Amino acid sequence: MRYILRQREIQPDHWHYLGESHAPASALIVPGAELRREPERWWAWSGRLGASLTPIEQIEDLQPHLRRLDLVAVSFPVFGDGRGFTQLRLLRQRYAFAGELRATGAGVTPELAHLLVRCGVDAFEVARPEQGRALARACERYDVAYQPGAPAVPVRLQRFRLPA
Amino acid sequence: MYQYDELDQAFVDQRVAEFRDQTRRHLAGELSEEEFRPLRLRNGLYLQRHAPMLRIAIPYGLLSARQLRALAAITRRYDRGYGHFTTRQNLQLNWPRLAEVPDILAELAAVQMHAIQTSGNCVRNVTADHLAGIAPDEIADPRPYCEIIRQWATQHPEFTYLPRKFKIAVTGAATDRAASEVHDIGLQLRRGADGALGFTVRVGGGLGRAPVIGQVIREFLPETELLAYLEAILRIYNRHGRRDNLNKARIKVLVKSLGAARFRELVEEEWTIGRAHAAQLTTADVARVQRHFRPPPYRALAELALPPEASPRFRAWHRYNTLAHRVPGYRAVFVCLKAHGGVPGDMTAEQMEALAGLAERHSFGLIRATHTQNLLLADVPQADLPALWAALERLGLATPNIGTLTDLIACPGLDFCSLANAGTLEVARQIHERFDDFDYLYDVGEIELKMSGCMNACGHHHVGHIGILGVDKHGEEWYQITLGGSARGITALGEVIGPSVPKRAVAATLERILETYRALRDPDEPFIETVRRVGVQPFRERAYALHPAAA
Ligand code: SF4
Repeated sequence: MRYILRQREIQPDHWHYLGESHAPASALIVPGAELRREPERWWAWSGRLGASLTPIEQIEDLQPHLRRLDLVAVSFPVFGDGRGFTQLRLLRQRYAFAGELRATGAGVTPELAHLLVRCGVDAFEVARPEQGRALARACERYDVAYQPGAPAVPVRLQRFRLPA
Repeated sequence: MYQYDELDQAFVDQRVAEFRDQTRRHLAGELSEEEFRPLRLRNGLYLQRHAPMLRIAIPYGLLSARQLRALAAITRRYDRGYGHFTTRQNLQLNWPRLAEVPDILAELAAVQMHAIQTSGNCVRNVTADHLAGIAPDEIADPRPYCEIIRQWATQHPEFTYLPRKFKIAVTGAATDRAASEVHDIGLQLRRGADGALGFTVRVGGGLGRAPVIGQVIREFLPETELLAYLEAILRIYNRHGRRDNLNKARIKVLVKSLGAARFRELVEEEWTIGRAHAAQLTTADVARVQRHFRPPPYRALAELALPPEASPRFRAWHRYNTLAHRVPGYRAVFVCLKAHGGVPGDMTAEQMEALAGLAERHSFGLIRATHTQNLLLADVPQADLPALWAALERLGLATPNIGTLTDLIACPGLDFCSLANAGTLEVARQIHERFDDFDYLYDVGEIELKMSGCMNACGHHHVGHIGILGVDKHGEEWYQITLGGSARGITALGEVIGPSVPKRAVAATLERILETYRALRDPDEPFIETVRRVGVQPFRERAYALHPAAA
């Protein structure tokens, strides 16, 4: 069982990763590389589709498939590798991806929570509910920010804005 | 000087609360040292040889008297009654206790200070010319831009976990005094064809292993594009910088491997597309910050000549430790932290408190930290100089050696730093002892001596006229000497003159180098000019002439 923190609520995750179970899934996350390898298959597949990204993947490669996707899972396998932050912002801002952006991996800790949210994350994948609660608390730690968030996460006070 | 608004204050307060919680969890065993490490680093806290070390940011080197008093109080209450000023306009405390660091940070926040991003793989304290706002050759004051960059970089959601540390310097004058060419990004203010302000953008400079001078990737960037362009550079770096090898992770390695032309292309393309979603800097934003850096209310004063009865020591101090000012009747005064026999850059709580009072009395209540580990009172009426001098003399802050050999820069080395190969502070003492004759110091004149205890080059030895680098040879301390480096005006990396020398021979080798200079110089030719004219070879020949023991 895996949990998801979404809009302050912790729920069981209904999405499956490819190869995770043999039961037919209605919502499946496939690796970005797999999606690029067999695009026809996945575009034609009937369920809801998500893609997972590792830090080394270039967002431009996924871009042609974004229209088909309901979810992108951006992974932070180790704490301190910040490439996922750029992937997130590009997805949310440059490519205006409107589906779920979830943060996954051992590198997702409470200290990163509000940064992730400001880069466009709206769901956190966790193994245990209490991890979700710690993340939810951490999201409340700051109510001010200097930089504009993606696309527009409200804070009480913000300094710089996006161009009009 | 910049005053926090509600956002700035709320941010530092919330950051203190966050770190207090992290520290509590660490001490309770909920966060392992490995998990806690990147968090404490982003709040300036290192674990050093003997104790934790806290690095406090002094953004672009500017301090108010109130802040300096608060720092003094902090060193008394939480440390051993002194602090250490670094070459990057920071203040380090060498003996704080981990459990008390949240309290220190809270006291800093109460005077609009912090230790945020003074360490870790993120954008560090942004540095500027210590003569900003008073330099006669200034095009525009760099400090408002430093403050803007500080704010933009503070907990940037995308760029707080970079491949490696990232240092930005801004210079506003014709002569670069901020070493901007050896920073990850160096910004030089200039006026465009239509008189509007902008920046020349350099990328990929750096010291440390494989020192390199930054390359210009944009001759002129309009002022309001500053943040969008910085985002483009950092995004290219964050995506493509190496993360597999700590020693190859700086942006200079990426610029080199792609080539400056290709790197520039990537940045320009990213900027063109990305600026629609990058933080925008409006002229109103700039004006809002600039208002905090208006010149102080100078009085109309006449230029004063030195009184004929002035003592030789006062004259020497006046000549070496004070500088011409662009406003008539004023001078800038160095507060010397290089007393012979002392630790370069160290200052006691008593000295800090007394200096805060002197700054209020004589220099509009402001103090600056310089890149040479000294402080500066920037706006002193000339009539006040004798009284100020007498007070600084009493405090041991008036050694008249600014710009000379003994105004040397040294990193903390073996005494504190866990990476060190060498006892730089002991070598500094050796040099102070050997060159304690001021007539001799004045005769050899202006020399920048910079010393680092290891390859990380915190003492910037590559850009010293004379550079000294501590190296480890089979567990013994040896010292490699370079000549001809420079970071002021012309940026150049020094050349190694030969095999390294044992610790006891450093000062004697220096003396032979200086003797060589005295023999070769043209009349009135400074040391660095002679080195540039004759090259390193004559020095190489003579430095080792009497020293066969060096291997
Ligand atoms: S140069 Fe080396 S020894 Fe000196 S402070 Fe830096 S890391 Fe430590």
